[in-house]
Amino acid sequence: MALPAVFFAVFFAWPVTAIVARGLKADGVWRFGRMADVVTQPDIRHVLWFTTWQALASTALTLLLALPAAHVFARLDFPGKQLLRAVVTVPFVLPTVVVGTAFLALVGRGGLLDDLWGVRLDTTVWAILLAHVFFNFAVVVRTVGGLWAQLDPRQEQAARMLGAAPLTAWRTVTLPALAPAVAAAALMVFLFTFTSFGVVQILGGPTFSTLEVEIYRQTSEVFDLSTAAVLTLVQFVAVGTILAVHAWTVRRRESALRLVAPETTAHRPRGAGQWALLAGVLLTVVLLLVLPLAVLVRRSLDAPGLGYYRALTDADGGTFLVAPLHAVWTSLEYAVAATGIALLIGGLAAAALARRDAGRLVRGFDALLMLPLGVSAVTVGFGFLIALDRPPLDLRQSWILVPLAQALVGAPFVVRTMLPVLRAVDGRLREAAAVLGASPWRVWREVDLPLVRRALLIAAGFAFAVSLGEFGATVFIARPDNPTLPVAVARLLSRPGELNYGQAMALSTILMVVCAAALLVLERLRTDRTGEF
Amino acid sequence: MHNKTLVAVATGLGLLALPALTGCGSQGAKDSAADSGTVTLVSHDSWLVSKSVMKDFEKRSGYKVKVLKSGDAGQAVNKALLTKDNPQGDVFFGVDNTLLSRALDNGLFQSYEPAGSDRVLPGYRVDQDEHRVTPVDTGDICVNYDKAYFEEHRLTPPRTFADLAEPAYKNLLVTENASTSSPGLGFLLGSAAKFGKDGWQDYWKKLKENGVKVVNGWEQAYYQEFSGSSEGRKAGGDRPLVVSYASSPPAEVIYAKKRPDTAPTGVSQGTCFRQTEYAGLLSHAKNAKGGKAFLDFLLTKEFQEDMPLNMFVYPVREGAAVPPDFAKYGPQAENPETMAPGTIAANRDSWVKSWTSLVLR
Repeated sequence: MALPAVFFAVFFAWPVTAIVARGLKADGVWRFGRMADVVTQPDIRHVLWFTTWQALASTALTLLLALPAAHVFARLDFPGKQLLRAVVTVPFVLPTVVVGTAFLALVGRGGLLDDLWGVRLDTTVWAILLAHVFFNFAVVVRTVGGLWAQLDPRQEQAARMLGAAPLTAWRTVTLPALAPAVAAAALMVFLFTFTSFGVVQILGGPTFSTLEVEIYRQTSEVFDLSTAAVLTLVQFVAVGTILAVHAWTVRRRESALRLVAPETTAHRPRGAGQWALLAGVLLTVVLLLVLPLAVLVRRSLDAPGLGYYRALTDADGGTFLVAPLHAVWTSLEYAVAATGIALLIGGLAAAALARRDAGRLVRGFDALLMLPLGVSAVTVGFGFLIALDRPPLDLRQSWILVPLAQALVGAPFVVRTMLPVLRAVDGRLREAAAVLGASPWRVWREVDLPLVRRALLIAAGFAFAVSLGEFGATVFIARPDNPTLPVAVARLLSRPGELNYGQAMALSTILMVVCAAALLVLERLRTDRTGEF
Repeated sequence: MHNKTLVAVATGLGLLALPALTGCGSQGAKDSAADSGTVTLVSHDSWLVSKSVMKDFEKRSGYKVKVLKSGDAGQAVNKALLTKDNPQGDVFFGVDNTLLSRALDNGLFQSYEPAGSDRVLPGYRVDQDEHRVTPVDTGDICVNYDKAYFEEHRLTPPRTFADLAEPAYKNLLVTENASTSSPGLGFLLGSAAKFGKDGWQDYWKKLKENGVKVVNGWEQAYYQEFSGSSEGRKAGGDRPLVVSYASSPPAEVIYAKKRPDTAPTGVSQGTCFRQTEYAGLLSHAKNAKGGKAFLDFLLTKEFQEDMPLNMFVYPVREGAAVPPDFAKYGPQAENPETMAPGTIAANRDSWVKSWTSLVLR
């Protein structure tokens, strides 16, 4: 418990406090009066209103489109299911700068909708909403689908036997059991869309602005730190509230249900209705998720003989001092380090949270660990700069800062994945082993490890993928001249010339493949009772 | 019992994490050097110099150069300002005329007049009393046009700011959000320089009526909306006029899959705004001597002639030659609009604000 708390305090709470203080403290006195000034500005109120309603709308739309998919993944068996489940998760870990560009090919000019019906959605709020669905589809499918697969279908069948209509049976038996998972997923989607940055920046056009975009603008363009600080605090309060509600629903969900092994609940589709449902879900997935990804891949192959990929190995290409392909290794190195840190911090926190005598304080820490997901990367990045600048913690120029920042984002995922499993380990098994004379190390190796091994690997994979795709914090941290993959993509995209653009697409494809491979490995290891994502 | 579990889990995780940490450990040692043998340059993401040129400097001066790139131009300056009492490096490169006053007023730099300052073309010199910054490169933000489109439609490409508001060019121009994009801001400042403090709003009203499209970033404008760039064409871009740089046409040639004979795009000479980038010795620099040597290096003929193909900018030193390809496809603007950094500083925020409510709302 101590280590995660210290980590969290030093690498999150302190830097964020420092940057907020820089904006709000004058002559040693906090000036909270600024808050009222800023919040009552019409522009800011407009931003607050837009941020909230687009997040609500995105969440509703995501649930509408992803819940049927969650059902299909949970209850139906079909070939390629594992691959497809990995594919729907890829967008979640791709950098928005890449996806935004690809998504335009779907909803923009000359995109599919334009070709078919002459409908163009770019720079409308629909583009933002659809892109949010694209990114968060997996959150619902995994959170809700995971639980759905483990609900005993016999309960619903029993209700049917007793004469309930299919819909009534579903509404009165399955839905109440699922409700906490749906609520938790909805809250996560709301959190991610409330703090949306890249999507709004790229797809929304200049008329739409979220709180996160405004914080970025005030910090990095206008340099009005006091407005930025107020907005950061506003977002903090909002996100804190969301997380508190989330923690509450998750706890409720962990209590009552009796679950079965997911392999036993799925079957091949039966009857026209189920086939139609499967077809509908597949069509949605292909149109909404696969198509933008495919556009990326196609553009990367536009040069004869894999020309863009070959150009990646060339150090004299112009944009970098090292060959762009080198970014793959840099990214992998950082991701490995970030995964190690995230596992250590997240694992320890999960272990502490899993203890049955964990008090209110400890459980509050659970929500606290999630906070980095909801705080602007630019805030954390600038905070690092002014907080971690004196020995012994002068880390500003150290490579370790990048994996540390990524681990901040990865650790919550580790906690979410490990916690349910650790809570499920029967303490009596350990006691029995100890009574029979096993040393603590042996108890860990032979009781705990086999039980949590899969969850551990899954957590590792998630932390790995998240850190691989992390862009926001990474780009703010001064680093030696070794860009990570998403940063390299952004740099290539910021220069004119088709060779640069093609290389950006090729690098994105590589990033996608690496992410997908990591997730596919996870799929193989996926087992019951593991995690909410 | 639970405590033991905790320890066991921790040990297990620790062991898992250990190879990860040590695997990168060797990298850490490299980074910690802050001795007088190293000079540290803080810059934005566009900084680039040929390896051989940098090696020459390191060999000649005896310093090792470490480069910290920290985001785009605005971010890099703001980060430097936040850390000015305990800077991350010795030299900062990449503050342009739109941000210069912010840097100078906040005391980011200390005085130093590099060797070779007398060779800087007179038009670019600033801060002649205190010599806190040195001009290093220059470039122009200009409207680019799609040659094919204008040939096909038998239309003369626009030449001036005023032309862009003509009905003949209705719905043809795409520009960037002045509050989030540096070319977008440059174009706004250019129009303000052209039409004056009181005239630019009228001009933008006309542009708006003439169907100007505004997107957030240069990437979208150039790669999605502009019909003249290779990628914009593929994406079905339908705007043959875009606010970009005078050096964009040579990039279209140099980075083409198959090299064309002429650039597919041209520059509207009367729509340009001049941007100059400066470098300076950071206040509280730990290696001021090395920083000074590096500033000298930035004005050498060797570095100045190396810049164009790396950063797509023009030299400011007299007699520095520009590579023929670069000069041929992207000549420097002849009579660009300019604005004094002080005027920009005094008006920038309020202009951007009224531009936003005028054009975007």
